[in-house]
Amino acid sequence: MKNVNNIQEIRKIISLHKRWDIIFMVAGIFALMIAVLTFMALFAHMLIDGMPRLNWNFFTSFPSRRAEAAGILSAWVGTTLVMLVTAIAAVPLGISAGVYLEEYAPKNFFTEIIEINVTNLAGVPSIIYGLLALGLFVYQLGFGQSILAAGLALALLILPVVIVATREAIRAIPVTIREGAYALGATKWQTVSDHLLPYSSAGILTGIIIGLARAIGETAPIITIGALTFIAFLPPSPIKQEFPYISFEWLTAPFTVMPIQMFNWVSRPEEAFQLNAAAAGLVLVVMTLTMNGLAIYLRYRMRKNIKW
Amino acid sequence: MQNNTEQNATPNDYKSEVRNLSFYYGGFNALKNIDMVLHDKKITALIGPSGCGKSTFLRCFNRMHDLYSGNRYEGEIILHPDDVNILAANVDPIEVRMRISMVFQKPNPFPKSIYENVAYGLRVRGIKQRAILDEKVESALRNSALWDEVKDRLHDLAFNLSGGQQQRLCIARALATDPEILLFDEPTSALDPIATASIEELITDLKNKVTILIVTHNMQQAARVSDYTAYMYLGELIEFDVTDTIFIKPKNKQTEDYITGRFG
Repeated sequence: MKNVNNIQEIRKIISLHKRWDIIFMVAGIFALMIAVLTFMALFAHMLIDGMPRLNWNFFTSFPSRRAEAAGILSAWVGTTLVMLVTAIAAVPLGISAGVYLEEYAPKNFFTEIIEINVTNLAGVPSIIYGLLALGLFVYQLGFGQSILAAGLALALLILPVVIVATREAIRAIPVTIREGAYALGATKWQTVSDHLLPYSSAGILTGIIIGLARAIGETAPIITIGALTFIAFLPPSPIKQEFPYISFEWLTAPFTVMPIQMFNWVSRPEEAFQLNAAAAGLVLVVMTLTMNGLAIYLRYRMRKNIKW
Repeated sequence: MQNNTEQNATPNDYKSEVRNLSFYYGGFNALKNIDMVLHDKKITALIGPSGCGKSTFLRCFNRMHDLYSGNRYEGEIILHPDDVNILAANVDPIEVRMRISMVFQKPNPFPKSIYENVAYGLRVRGIKQRAILDEKVESALRNSALWDEVKDRLHDLAFNLSGGQQQRLCIARALATDPEILLFDEPTSALDPIATASIEELITDLKNKVTILIVTHNMQQAARVSDYTAYMYLGELIEFDVTDTIFIKPKNKQTEDYITGRFG
């Protein structure tokens, strides 16, 4: 009979302990819902306001004084070109810096300082990058208030993200794989290019896309370097009819980007422009979500063959 | 090899001589004044309790310690026939690793195809001709008793092989470059008994082709496969002799205690 009593006792203790499981689960779901529902409410609001404005003309029209005729052509072209410059600048720099820190740099006080700095850079407010770009790119180097200056400013902004992602991805490769390569007589560069970079490409790519997804929505640094809020022409085309067929004139062109176009419309008193802002916001959110979705997909695809 | 010298001709049956080797991890003295030889085309086993320095010793042979800062060697490991001291500062560790291959504790195939795994050491050496690669890959896989199992799927991922097959693949990868010495660092500790038996058989078969140094925590394994055995304890080489002598009548009391399980 004593045993039975014991079991009753144990069951009581278990159910008492399990109560905490339930309490924590409820609290967790509640916390999660705050985040999810807030986003969904915002998104739904934009969807209801902006959806009616989303048609072909909205994408192919320049901004206009009449809300119904205004579109985001210059904004999305500007955003695309700025992102292109950002990616071209940040990707090679970020990956090289990450590889160097992880594989080549001697472990000493100096590299320690650099490492701490890189990590802290990710937390620097973006307007500071805007000020830096204004001083350095716009005035000092004379790039002007151009796509090039904006792209480089955003590249600086996401550089720490790319560097940290590269290092994390390389560090995730088991030490036995690295040693296996070195043991066969590979040099550092052979180990990096034949093994470390290919095996960490999924993580690096995810870092790049998350960085770009952050950059695409940045407004402060772009305003700081002086992007126009109203622009009714496109940068010169990068493809030319005559030799040498490609042109880099667009790099120095004035421009606007999606968040600035949105900001411009939101600050108008007319109701109709608010709807335009909602529609542009919708496009921006979809762009960001698509990039994040792509990152998740690529990670899944590229990691399928790698098991560790 | 540029370091050919005529100094002190050595007995033909030594592949390598370790002279007064000490090793330091930063301030920690992990190996103390080790003197030993590796007999040519024989199997030498390193045994001893965990932390005795046997893996550290093994990894001196391919200068693996050079990958991490703060490590320091003292003494010499002479590689015959050209009598080069592979620990010398002017000898490139990459050159050493091209002459001495290594198989690790856990199978560590690259996430590439079976073929590319075996071919990697050759590619590092700049070999590009398909015919030579094909031939060397096949002979390495035959020598590691894996050819019949994988010949129809050379371009499959190496990760799809079983643990024992992966380890034989790693042996093939190490063999493909015709190493002078093959190092094994507890090659069966991550494998089941059947896979272990096949690896042991393979190691025994390789004996006449290459000089082998094997670290094992399994004394029966040392007794089964090796010709010579070294017993190490706390960074020192306690006893080194023919395997039968070590296991049947060791001269040192410490060795005897360890062999008979009275260690402690």
